[in-house]
Amino acid sequence: MSLQGLKKRKSEVLISVSPMGWLFIFFVIPTFLVIAMAFRSADPYGGIGEQWTLNTLKDLRNPNYPLIIWRTVWLSIISTAICILTAIPAAYYISRIKKKYQDIILLFIIVPFWINFLIRIFAWKVFLHPEGMFKQLLVTLHISGPDSLLLYRPEAVLVVIVYSYLPFALLPIYASAEKFDFHLMEAAYDLGAGRLQAFIRVFIPGIRQGLLTAIIVVFIPALGSYVIPDIVGGPSAEMIGNKIAQRTFIDRNLPHASALSAILAFAVIIPSALALTRRFFKEKNSGSLGI
Amino acid sequence: MKRSRFPFYMTIAILVFFYLPIVIVFTQSFNASRFGGTWKGFTFDWYFKLFSDKNIWHAFSNTLIIAFSSTAVSVVLGTLSAFALYKYKTKLQITHNILVYLPLVMPDILMGISLLLFFVSLKLELGLFTILLAHITFSISYVAMVVLGRFQDFDYSIFEAALDLGATWWTAVKKIMIPYLMPGIAAGGLLAFTLSLDDFVITFFVSGPDSTTLPLYIYSMMRHGSPSVINALSVIMVLFTFVVVFISKKLLEVKE
Repeated sequence: MSLQGLKKRKSEVLISVSPMGWLFIFFVIPTFLVIAMAFRSADPYGGIGEQWTLNTLKDLRNPNYPLIIWRTVWLSIISTAICILTAIPAAYYISRIKKKYQDIILLFIIVPFWINFLIRIFAWKVFLHPEGMFKQLLVTLHISGPDSLLLYRPEAVLVVIVYSYLPFALLPIYASAEKFDFHLMEAAYDLGAGRLQAFIRVFIPGIRQGLLTAIIVVFIPALGSYVIPDIVGGPSAEMIGNKIAQRTFIDRNLPHASALSAILAFAVIIPSALALTRRFFKEKNSGSLGI
Repeated sequence: MKRSRFPFYMTIAILVFFYLPIVIVFTQSFNASRFGGTWKGFTFDWYFKLFSDKNIWHAFSNTLIIAFSSTAVSVVLGTLSAFALYKYKTKLQITHNILVYLPLVMPDILMGISLLLFFVSLKLELGLFTILLAHITFSISYVAMVVLGRFQDFDYSIFEAALDLGATWWTAVKKIMIPYLMPGIAAGGLLAFTLSLDDFVITFFVSGPDSTTLPLYIYSMMRHGSPSVINALSVIMVLFTFVVVFISKKLLEVKE
């Protein structure tokens, strides 16, 4: 290596060492620690025991866990699907109006999400409360009986997850739709496609990059939901995040919490790795095809 | 071909969905009835109760201390990170890139529990300091991404021209690069600041007995306190956010 190259290398390392070092110490090591601690025993003081053991993993054979994991997965899948299916037509509409109105609508979409996350969830609790206005309205209209509950059930969790993550689906889909060339739709109509056919076979493939991003940014945080089921869910709508928090704060069994977190970590890593490799191969292929 | 009205209706429905709960909270904060099944008259009581609560002010000052200091550190680290990612295209930077991306896809609860385990293993006492370390950790990636976006349009030849004309490396950074990056650094800093103000889950895991932040306090009020007082607090926080956003918009407009 030349002297100049060596000098360049030295300054690169000097610049990179502090951010990389920070993330290594406070992100990489703790993440591996979660997996390692799943093989430790708990000590009676709420700390981590000295011995390595497989008992913590055996304790995971709690009869409630498969049900909770299953609920976490289906709530995440359905909320992702609802976010995507409602975001597509909205993004289509927004990207076709005048630029000035586009900016206004986007601002209206973002503004509620400047409000603190807890307060937005709390607003739903107030909204769905058994003694609240909405419930009274439903009872007056005979849509719901006076004894039925709107809160503390999986459907409430679903609605609030959709509420919390819909903008994250809407924005990347809008970003792709805005770049989409709508003349392609006209061409499809001229070639005899119906409205729906053109939408599904021309528009949807045209925005697939945005769709992929939207799926990732809704599905992964949904899997890790903890505050939403905690506040509007109740015991019949617990997700894996609630169990991690309970083992941490109520029983103070950190190894058990780590074992559950390790399961969640794998559930997160697999879809994101799939998406990343897909994107990687796509870039490779489109490069060679010149698209 | 006549356009379908369906996308229009869907957009309207989404906007109604987004604002409905907020409108309810606003009206309830002035309702004398606790859960607001019926309107029992207009009142400011909840606001008086809120302002007489001393713990809120303590939590608020903790929140500000953490937000300011974590923003300061993460802006420096994030900008360095963006610079390295922009300037060098080596194997080290591929690793660096992955390292910066991963915290963005990590669910909060996993980051919270992993940092808790880390601090417990190091026998660090949980408190404002551990919250600060955690907030810096999740902010770095956001700052790096925003600043990197600004770097993408940076013309490196201007920087090299300054060097050729006899500027030292540090002068060129100070006079050319930092002024150019400033809008990106400011936007990244603002994002880090708001993320820190807003964070509940990670803070919840790494906080100690005397380090309650505003979101932690709101959470404990939601569990044990009066919902109407939180309605009042929500209204104040929403108005506060609007004022901050309005001022920062005005500031940016003046600059441009």
